[in-house]
Amino acid sequence: MQSAFQNGTPIVALNHAEKHFGAVRALDGVSLSIAPGECIGLVGHNGAGKSTLVNLINGGLAPTGGSVTFPASGESRALSAGVRSVFQELSLCPNLSVAENLRISHSDLKGAGWRKKARAEIIQSLDAVFPDHGIGADTSVDRLTIAERQMVEIAIGFAPRGRDARLVILDEPTSSLDAGIAQQLLAHIRQFCADGGAVIFISHMMGEIFDVASNIIVMKDGKIVANKPTSQFSRASLVEAMGHVGVKNSKAAVRRQASDFGEEVLKSKDGLTARRGEIIGLAGLAGHGQAEALARLYFSNTSSWRMGKASNMVFVAGDRGRDGVLPLWSILRNMTVSILPQTARRGLVDRDAEKRTAADWKTRIGIRTDDVDNPILSLSGGNQQKVLFARALASHASIIIMDDPMRGVDVGTKQDVYDMIQTEAATGRTFLWYSTETEEVCQCDRVFVFRDGKISAELTGDDITEDRILEASFEMQEASA
Amino acid sequence: MPIVKFILSRTWIWSWVAAAGAFMMVMALTQGRGASELAYAALSFGAFAAIVGLGQMLVITLGPGNVDLSIPATMTLAGTLALKTMGSDPNTAILGFTVAIGVGILAGMMNFALIYLLRLPPIIATLAASLIFQSIAIWSNRGLRIKPPEGLADFATGRTFGLPNVALVGLGLSILVWIVLERTVFGRWLLAAGQNLRAARLAGIPVEFVRATTYITVAVFASIAGFFLSSFSGGAALNMGQEYLLTSIAVVVIGGTSIAGGMSNVPGVWGASLFMFLVVSMLNSYGLGAGVRMMLTGTIIIGIVIAASTRRTRA
Repeated sequence: MQSAFQNGTPIVALNHAEKHFGAVRALDGVSLSIAPGECIGLVGHNGAGKSTLVNLINGGLAPTGGSVTFPASGESRALSAGVRSVFQELSLCPNLSVAENLRISHSDLKGAGWRKKARAEIIQSLDAVFPDHGIGADTSVDRLTIAERQMVEIAIGFAPRGRDARLVILDEPTSSLDAGIAQQLLAHIRQFCADGGAVIFISHMMGEIFDVASNIIVMKDGKIVANKPTSQFSRASLVEAMGHVGVKNSKAAVRRQASDFGEEVLKSKDGLTARRGEIIGLAGLAGHGQAEALARLYFSNTSSWRMGKASNMVFVAGDRGRDGVLPLWSILRNMTVSILPQTARRGLVDRDAEKRTAADWKTRIGIRTDDVDNPILSLSGGNQQKVLFARALASHASIIIMDDPMRGVDVGTKQDVYDMIQTEAATGRTFLWYSTETEEVCQCDRVFVFRDGKISAELTGDDITEDRILEASFEMQEASA
Repeated sequence: MPIVKFILSRTWIWSWVAAAGAFMMVMALTQGRGASELAYAALSFGAFAAIVGLGQMLVITLGPGNVDLSIPATMTLAGTLALKTMGSDPNTAILGFTVAIGVGILAGMMNFALIYLLRLPPIIATLAASLIFQSIAIWSNRGLRIKPPEGLADFATGRTFGLPNVALVGLGLSILVWIVLERTVFGRWLLAAGQNLRAARLAGIPVEFVRATTYITVAVFASIAGFFLSSFSGGAALNMGQEYLLTSIAVVVIGGTSIAGGMSNVPGVWGASLFMFLVVSMLNSYGLGAGVRMMLTGTIIIGIVIAASTRRTRA
């Protein structure tokens, strides 16, 4: 089916495209063409140049050198050539409804009754990509969960919007979606490519790349280092091409027993419990109350009025823009904001101690910057996340709450953070870790599975497997079906 | 030219350039006569605008929607009650000052109680509170104009080392605010809360404590300004704070503080306060009527705000 389109005129062709930001070569001479029917898996480290490449293709940036053309349509602009982008950082307007958000990128919807047309179009698109999505076209976006917002954004990407989409770029589209919804998306991508569309699929999840991509492009330091059909890659060879030292097998560590932990340090109304030194996982389908449970737990254990020298609980945000990053500040100030009282004398910030802490954590967690005085927004998303980790780990807090903190973080960093969490847990710190990635939850000592805002199962020891977690996430729904 | 670049990168420089420009315009008319008198007057009157402006700046730094509209009423109430307590008796200045500070603390607590307990938007809460403050001032004043004690009046209108005493008070408060913002943990908390309240709370910052302290501080600053203004002008008047409603906000914005919160600018408040006084003197000395003067003042403020905001988006 796919081969019928393989020899068609490329939808987009890049010829030695370059992009420089001052002295930084974000993209260093990339040649590439994407034909109808192709699904390109685009992989690489944080900062390898994936986002720059995407922005050249969708017209967000103009190339410094070389050319970007759209031979199949003969158009000069990406938008009229049918190129669409769905970004990892959600870009919907929260105060508008789902249908109104479609209107923003669909300027042909005008005149009386445009809302009706918009409603029909977005619902049709949602139905096509995510059957049984349960999202209303008139719901305002701020009342949707983060997973539902991502679904809407993807549906807008695939919606007709006057002319058919020819190339859809999906940047980490599944980072907030649970496995079932992600499968629906992958199925839709396969269908879309079989019908003659093309997709660029950026993901840190290897399984999905192998599942859906016809070709894989590996980027490193602004260059394409490999561009081959998926069948010629194995997981190991792909990771090697990206330039990792090889992912260590984290299962090597012997699973710790209940007797390895200290006394119970936490017991919430929801039924969450945690012992000293334990890593607690929160699992289940996205949007089933895990994030809310963690936020409630944090708010009820900390005060809006007092902050002692040693607060016993810290929070690592996953939704960086809403919950974590202080956008006007430098990396250093973002990193140290929670630990200032620890070193302050008579209310004055100890700036030398602050500098030492920042320099120490910059190396320990590997933040890619020349200078911690640079603005936090100069970092890529994954590196911003590292700053938020450093903020929490640098404190003296004994309980660390993590609300899906690995969104958009590359494989190498994830491994570093896993190791760091293990080490810190061994010194007696307790972690509560919500993740949408089952693989991460499986590294925990004990797992609570959430369903419909309540805990549906508590798994320990060898019961913590992907199957058991999925079973607990879906059980009742299947029984009632 | 690293020094030039450094200076141009400071947002406060523009309010000082504007103030200098207005000063030159007046001097052009008088052919340079009365330069030191004009500077002295600008420092005296500008000091009151700067003191209330510093308080307003801290509140505006708390983020969108945060503003204190009760500044004029708090100034009036503090001036009225302080003068009434002192009753023109000698050696009561300290007592009067204490009363003024006390009024400020209570007014700030009242404002924040309305905001926090009744969940009112700060604009509504402080406007409502200002009606109460103004009513108390009218009720306790009963049309009497009590003179300040002689020593205090002399201090408020006097000078030290050639500078007006009120300007020195304003300078002292500015340095205090600058230290708090730049060097203390509390200052960091305030700036963080102004950027993203939820993120600040999740980073462990006691945000309600920060907000309460800030609303009390702005009221205390307004009270200090009201206390010295009534001593300076020979007694408290019920409309003495009126012009400071717009002024307190204008000096913050012209001074380069971000209206979106999270970023303060102390030197800019001073430049803008001097500018606001000098613009009025300039229009006066060109012999324009009150109506034209107010219109031009408004136009100039709008122009500066537009210029400042476009410059910042480009940066």
